[in-house]
Amino acid sequence: MTMIFGIPLQAFLGQLLIGLINGSFYALLSLGLAVIFGLLRVINFAHGAQYMLGAFAAMLMLQYFGINYWFALVLGPLIVGLFGALIERTMLSRLYKLDPLYGLLFTFGLALTIEGTFRYLYGAAGQPYSVPPQLAGGTNLGFMFLPIYRGWVVVVSLVACIGTWLLIEKTKLGSYLRAATENPVLVQAFGVNVPMLLTLTYGIGAGLAAFAGVLAAPVYQVSPLMGSNIIIVVFAVVVVGGMGSIMGAILTGYMLGIAEGLTKVFYPEASNIVIFVIMAIVLLIRPAGLFGRDA
Amino acid sequence: MTDMSDTSVKSPAGQRAERSATASMTYAAFLIAGLAFLVVAPAFFYPIFLMKLLCFALFACAFNLLLGYTGLLSFGHATFFGGAAYFTAHAVKEWGFPPELGVLAGVVGAALLGLVMGYVAIRRQGIYFAMITLALSQMFFFFCLQAEFTQGEDGIQQVPRGHLFGFIDLNSSTNMYYFVLAVFVIGMVIIWRFINSPFGMILKSIRENEARAISLGYSVARYKLGAFVMSAALAGLAGGVKALVFQFATLTDVAWQMSGEVILMTLLGGIGTLIGPIFGAGLVVTLQNYLATSDFPVTIITGVVFMICVLVFRRGIVGEFYASWIGRKLGFEYRR
Repeated sequence: MTMIFGIPLQAFLGQLLIGLINGSFYALLSLGLAVIFGLLRVINFAHGAQYMLGAFAAMLMLQYFGINYWFALVLGPLIVGLFGALIERTMLSRLYKLDPLYGLLFTFGLALTIEGTFRYLYGAAGQPYSVPPQLAGGTNLGFMFLPIYRGWVVVVSLVACIGTWLLIEKTKLGSYLRAATENPVLVQAFGVNVPMLLTLTYGIGAGLAAFAGVLAAPVYQVSPLMGSNIIIVVFAVVVVGGMGSIMGAILTGYMLGIAEGLTKVFYPEASNIVIFVIMAIVLLIRPAGLFGRDA
Repeated sequence: MTDMSDTSVKSPAGQRAERSATASMTYAAFLIAGLAFLVVAPAFFYPIFLMKLLCFALFACAFNLLLGYTGLLSFGHATFFGGAAYFTAHAVKEWGFPPELGVLAGVVGAALLGLVMGYVAIRRQGIYFAMITLALSQMFFFFCLQAEFTQGEDGIQQVPRGHLFGFIDLNSSTNMYYFVLAVFVIGMVIIWRFINSPFGMILKSIRENEARAISLGYSVARYKLGAFVMSAALAGLAGGVKALVFQFATLTDVAWQMSGEVILMTLLGGIGTLIGPIFGAGLVVTLQNYLATSDFPVTIITGVVFMICVLVFRRGIVGEFYASWIGRKLGFEYRR
């Protein structure tokens, strides 16, 4: 059997793949956080809850309406995005004038409420969501066995990340968003409906989280706690990457996911904390984060 | 500011002095009433409940030292509260420390944790500070989950309360209650002294205008770190005593939900008021006790209260009282 650093190659690549998958979710989620923070100056603590809502939306739609995975991949983000936009319009938008800490606290309360409600209704235990038949099974790549669904997750999340980046950097809507980030008052004076833009951004961010949730449903168990477990790690990712750049958030997400996967191979005990350790080291060496502009 | 429509001839400064004199009189009256209530309370309430309340009240006040008086939102205070509970429980149970030294071990441990976490976290400000403290405290949570001495999911159980100073038997719940009360009062006096010291004044100036404090020549980072360690140590005091009260230390106390809870207590009671967090803690603990028997999850209520507080009730109970007509008549002022 081929060995690499004293570890069987198969185990090494297997963990690398798991790292890449986790990294895909970190990237998608930190991207959404960065987009929301960029314009709204709010750290969306409810991002994890919205991710969980996406997974639940997929599961419930299948259970009650027989809506399959492919429609859920579109409908889930749409529903959660609308819900997010509603929350932003009715409540979150009242907090922009205040210290950004209040936005964090509000979304924290929102996360607790959503999570508590789903725990009350569906219990804390996870429920399975099966892989869509078109993506079931796997292929033998010669050096390792690749479940098709996992490969799909990596590809789709990469496409979604790049798509969002293009939307923000290369389209007209994106240019409005970037301009409103720099100077909302001036942009409004040019006749752009900035409050609408804010609502849209929060909706898109929440929708992205839900998209990641639907993608995650067949990989992990669908559980009310899945969001809060991941959001704290994503916060660490965001601190490492710095929220100044969208691309930075994406790259850091993948990098830290892979770092976590590799730690599982070499020193499993530390795999839970490796991302936090990396965060601490980065803060000590480069307080602004790897890609950050603002301290 | 002072009321300009007032027709009296007193200068604004004079009015202000008079007001603050009234305020300190009312404060003193409230203080005596509050203390008297706490001294006789065991006759009316379940002692364990009161002790829990006092521990959380001290915890929330320690947290408020940071949020209310320095303007730093820590999302990782569970580390100090729960960490100290582990240290005290371990010291008392495994090393046979007397309770006073056990609590001291908890306080010192929490202060050291605070030094490390603070050193890393003060490198970023505002929202980042909150995220960093949250991430570091999650790291500590995983450490506690895996470390030997915390005994994983079981936690440290059957912690002996022992004899305070060798002769006061803390197994009697009356003795234990007055011990907790004494610790609470000492903790509050320390906090009061701290925020009214020159050090505390500088902290407030950092809260109000950090750039200005820097330009005045203060080493802001060092003051922040000092406040962080102080707050961590006092949170540790509360956590250590709590471990003795309940005779166990578990993962619940180091989990992020606990950090959220203490924020809620402070927010609900009134950020930046000395006694606000006590009321906040009282309300939250009472609510939890009330809901403990039903199967309705506390998280939903906590979350909704959080949202309502942030949206419409940012001054908190005590802050609203200070800012209300009665509060102003009594000479209080609410700023921030």
